Amino acid sequence: MRPFDYQRAADTDDALIALADRPDAVYLAGGTNLVDHLKLGIIAPNLVVDISRLDLEQVSELDDHGLRIGAMVRNSDLAAHPLVRANYPMLSRALLSGASGQLRNAATTGGNLLQRTRCVYFQDASTPCNKREPGTGCSALEGFTRNHAILGASSSCIATHPSDMAVAMAALDAEVIVLTENGERRIPVVDLHRLPGEEPNRDTVLNHGDLIVAVELPAPGRGRSTYRKIRDRASYAFALVSVAARLDLDEAGRIREAAIALGGVAHKPWRATRAEEVLQGAEPNRESFTRAAEAELESAQPLPGNAFKVPMARGAIISVLTELAGRSGSSEGADDDG
Amino acid sequence: MDYSRHLGVDGTEHTLTVDARTTLLDALRDRLGVMSPKKGCDHGQCGACTVLIDGRRQNSCLALALSHDGAQVTTSNGLAENDELSDLHRSFLDHDAFQCGYCTPGQVCSAAGMLAEADRGAPSAVTEDLEAPVDLSSAEVRERMSGNLCRCGAYVNIVSAVREVAAQRTGKRAGQRSAARDDSARDPMTARAGDEESR
Ligand SMILES: Cc1cc2nc3c(=O)[nH]c(=O)nc-3n(C[C@H](O)[C@H](O)[C@H](O)COP(=O)(O)OP(=O)(O)OC[C@H]3O[C@@H](n4cnc5c(N)ncnc54)[C@H](O)[C@@H]3O)c2cc1C
Ligand code: FES
Ligand code: FES
Repeated sequence: MRPFDYQRAADTDDALIALADRPDAVYLAGGTNLVDHLKLGIIAPNLVVDISRLDLEQVSELDDHGLRIGAMVRNSDLAAHPLVRANYPMLSRALLSGASGQLRNAATTGGNLLQRTRCVYFQDASTPCNKREPGTGCSALEGFTRNHAILGASSSCIATHPSDMAVAMAALDAEVIVLTENGERRIPVVDLHRLPGEEPNRDTVLNHGDLIVAVELPAPGRGRSTYRKIRDRASYAFALVSVAARLDLDEAGRIREAAIALGGVAHKPWRATRAEEVLQGAEPNRESFTRAAEAELESAQPLPGNAFKVPMARGAIISVLTELAGRSGSSEGADDDG
Repeated sequence: MDYSRHLGVDGTEHTLTVDARTTLLDALRDRLGVMSPKKGCDHGQCGACTVLIDGRRQNSCLALALSHDGAQVTTSNGLAENDELSDLHRSFLDHDAFQCGYCTPGQVCSAAGMLAEADRGAPSAVTEDLEAPVDLSSAEVRERMSGNLCRCGAYVNIVSAVREVAAQRTGKRAGQRSAARDDSARDPMTARAGDEESR
């Protein structure tokens, strides 16, 4: 690890000032991703600005019955928060499916959103990687692709975004509140992360020094919701494919609205808008669920090493929707999953 | 650059000067000689370095020491009181919950943190009803302890060891509650039978 200076930010302004004009400085929150990257030598800042004790640790209800989540709220505390458990079970489930009990105690809301890919080549400083070192090439294209993207990838990068929490937030229409040099900016979670294109080194639309201060969730949507994660072992592993979904049926039993996001398949949490369009107004049955899944996955461009993700995602979407539709029939009202 | 900071470890206060790169794990082991937390992977993937930071379990290998200035750190050593093994330590012995023992201090700290989380009603990925009180079934214990790997494969016995302590503590609390409700006439034998039953 290269030597660096350390400074604790007194408040959010102090943090912004510390990174202004310092391209060689980084924020440190829970450290579960950043410290790993320091050790792996894939980042080598000269200054680490500790934001972990900023007063951004509250979860509070908004006037419109939405929820504001401070950027320093720990993943474990957010998953266990009574309002999240009761009104946003999909978010609790997504958080609880990620990492381990001890990691979730350190990991923060802001850090989770901005964690970087787990692509093995990105994490290995000795291999070419366009995300780590633009212009060096993508080692994954001809390498190990089990964890890589099937949607929205480019010839420069096929990495996936690893967060579970962000997938639920994408399905929940959450917004990220960011402090920038020019004041506050609100960004929908679905627009926070980028597709790789020609600039895979840029994970998000944020600029250097931008500070996430909160995430806001709109009032809970109607219907039932859940999060399902498929992985190589039952716990403590990243998603191969994950699905966050909410399904709302009208009085006639038809689909009023569906919100679906996929994890493990793209460079960003993938909002499945094509599937949602197919489902709107449709009967909630296997036929429409299959059509929806296939519409979404039509543009998939898998590689031999991750082609299994296409049928896996298809199956996961159909199965989650079937489960939600089955349970919606029996009782109306509060969001619940099981 | 070096920085001077405070750290409480297992009840002893320390002032130490560390390079900014020092992790909490390296500060404990290399600087303070506290060898109880172990270095397995050094990347958050095995749990051998688990300690309690202000009562919450965390991986000390991914924590910068400077970030935890002023914290109270408890290692497996510190869970023992006056050289008396804690109920968790004792249970790991009784259940043969280790072979080489390398992962054990991390397992014990993780279990201590996990039991406190369950006590506060925190759900896990396998909890069916997110809002119901936690029942530490073996599936729940396995999920909640999944951040601690054991190369010797002592998992089955670790789960029994942790479940026994969970049951004992619940039994004890139930006993204390009924004692508080009816502190006039209480048969000590019944209380003990209750504890035995939960084993
Ligand atoms: C073994 C292991 C398994 C894991 N498994 C999973 C999993 O299954 N699912 C999953 O979703 N995650 C998983 N994770 C990742 C974990 O969730 C992230 O490491 C964690 O959420 C990052 O949060 P942090 O607060 O520790 O971030 P840090 O490591 O402190 O920071 C991460 C990045 O975000 C930046 N940053 C942090 N906060 C802010 C802010 N407020 N504003 C601007 N920039 C900021 C930092 O500069 C850094 O670049 C795993 C991690 C490990 C080590
Ligand atoms: S040494 Fe910290 S998790 Fe393995
Ligand atoms: S007892 Fe040997 S690693 Fe767990």
